[in-house]
Amino acid sequence: MIRPALLLLFAPLLLGQAKPVLVPDVSQREVQIAYSFTGAELLLFGAILYPGGRPPPGEEPAEIVVVVKGPTQSILVREKEKVAGIWVNAERLRYRSAPSFYAIASSRPIRTLVDERSRAIYELGLDSLQLSPASAATSDVEERFERGLVELRERSGLYYEAPGAVEVTGGVLYRARVTVPARVPVGRFTAETFLIRHGRVLAAAVRDIDVRKSGFERFVARAADRSAVLYGLTAVALSVLFGWVAGVIARRI
Amino acid sequence: MDLYLPIANLSVNALVIVLLGGGVGLLSGMLGVGGGFLTTPLLIVYGIPPTVAAASAASQVTGASVSGVFAHWRRGGVDTKMGGVLVAGGIAGSIAGAQIFRLLQAIGQIDLVIGVVYVVMLGWIGWMMASESIRAIAVARGHLKPRPRKRRHHPLVAALPLRTRFYKSGLYISPLAPLLLGFGVGILTILLGVGGGFVLVPACVYLLGMATQTVVGTSLFQTLFVTAVATMVHATTTKAVDIVLAALLLLGSVAGAQVGARFASRIKPEYLRLGLAIVVLLIGARVLLGLVWRPEAIFTVELA
Repeated sequence: MIRPALLLLFAPLLLGQAKPVLVPDVSQREVQIAYSFTGAELLLFGAILYPGGRPPPGEEPAEIVVVVKGPTQSILVREKEKVAGIWVNAERLRYRSAPSFYAIASSRPIRTLVDERSRAIYELGLDSLQLSPASAATSDVEERFERGLVELRERSGLYYEAPGAVEVTGGVLYRARVTVPARVPVGRFTAETFLIRHGRVLAAAVRDIDVRKSGFERFVARAADRSAVLYGLTAVALSVLFGWVAGVIARRI
Repeated sequence: MDLYLPIANLSVNALVIVLLGGGVGLLSGMLGVGGGFLTTPLLIVYGIPPTVAAASAASQVTGASVSGVFAHWRRGGVDTKMGGVLVAGGIAGSIAGAQIFRLLQAIGQIDLVIGVVYVVMLGWIGWMMASESIRAIAVARGHLKPRPRKRRHHPLVAALPLRTRFYKSGLYISPLAPLLLGFGVGILTILLGVGGGFVLVPACVYLLGMATQTVVGTSLFQTLFVTAVATMVHATTTKAVDIVLAALLLLGSVAGAQVGARFASRIKPEYLRLGLAIVVLLIGARVLLGLVWRPEAIFTVELA
């Protein structure tokens, strides 16, 4: 949905440059978590502005990759091991900045689009995440933990790859749908869009998405954090009231 | 009907949680226990983070015990002096329990300890109750001669100093014994999110030798206060009490408890005790299986 006016606005930019430019947008700049929140579906769309207004003829079309990342967290990953017949937490590894959410949508499988080096630089694909372990460990232990973490988060829908989720129309307009599950943490999400041709990243652009609790949910979360004593007393009062009222009603019937 | 839980940070089916509370309430009303030992593991199976489950289950037990305390109070079945001593011990125990909780969390073995304590407690109590109730049923049917019931406290309890009279319980013992008992139950309340009635009732009968007509009321009295304190401790330290989750659980459990209590008056008590024993043993077996079976997730993540 790009208006001619926008094209006009970018026209001076286009003249001097030989490289294409990305104009991305998101359906929601803000995701509000309310009582009925079961996850959100983001529509990421935009246009590829080529010098001259159309894809250069004769060249193979460029591909689009969209990465949505949640706020990074400092996490501790533990591995269970069987000790004397019982599964107990044994080894552990700390990561300083692991994304709480990671979704990558592309028009074709990411491994066929970009070479390994670019994948590592731009963190494209679940095997190329820069998780930065904080504690020292041998590389095979690191690899095992990384695979374990990715698998765990894939299972709960927090990390995923969606090859084929990006649709490019007429070589200039693209759209992708990314679903965000309900168990994501609140904070600033980023939607990065990459334009790729011949295995190289030609252009990149970022948009921010704010995920936050709203209304009653926000009030409760804030109360639990800031006025813990009052919140605890409310919880106790609520349970006493429930029990008492139920007892009174039951005696009447 | 999906509902977002603001502290647990996930959305659940509200109806499932209410029904879960209702089922637990039904059992607790029938069997005279708080039901926390059922709620916490069931919530964890449903996918609620263990800390949130334990913290929110405690407030459910508070609600479930309120109407019981009132009912027993009217009948004069609450020994407030004994209850007060148990509560004092329980409060000290829950504060100590919070420290243990934090320590175990730091070394990453909290889930293991919770599991092992569950298996040991449930297995032991379930076994005791099962054998006692089977014997009682056999006596009632005339297969066995009743054993003369001697209501006496444990010799260790008699050895403690500073004896005082607990009139309603018909005891002349040192207050240190119920204080220590309350302390232990307080630790359990924090660690497992349980009211501790399933430990306290047998302990009051077999260790202290309390008069049976005051045991359940006094135990519920202690449960009411100690779970309330446990909720406060969780609210101020772990900040894991989800008030929406607690409200859903309460809605089901207080209703279920009333239905269960009416149901209970039509069933013979020894069959009820056998029923409770079977439930306790099944839960214990399920937790044990979880410890020895290869878990679905070898890796776990926590925020650091």
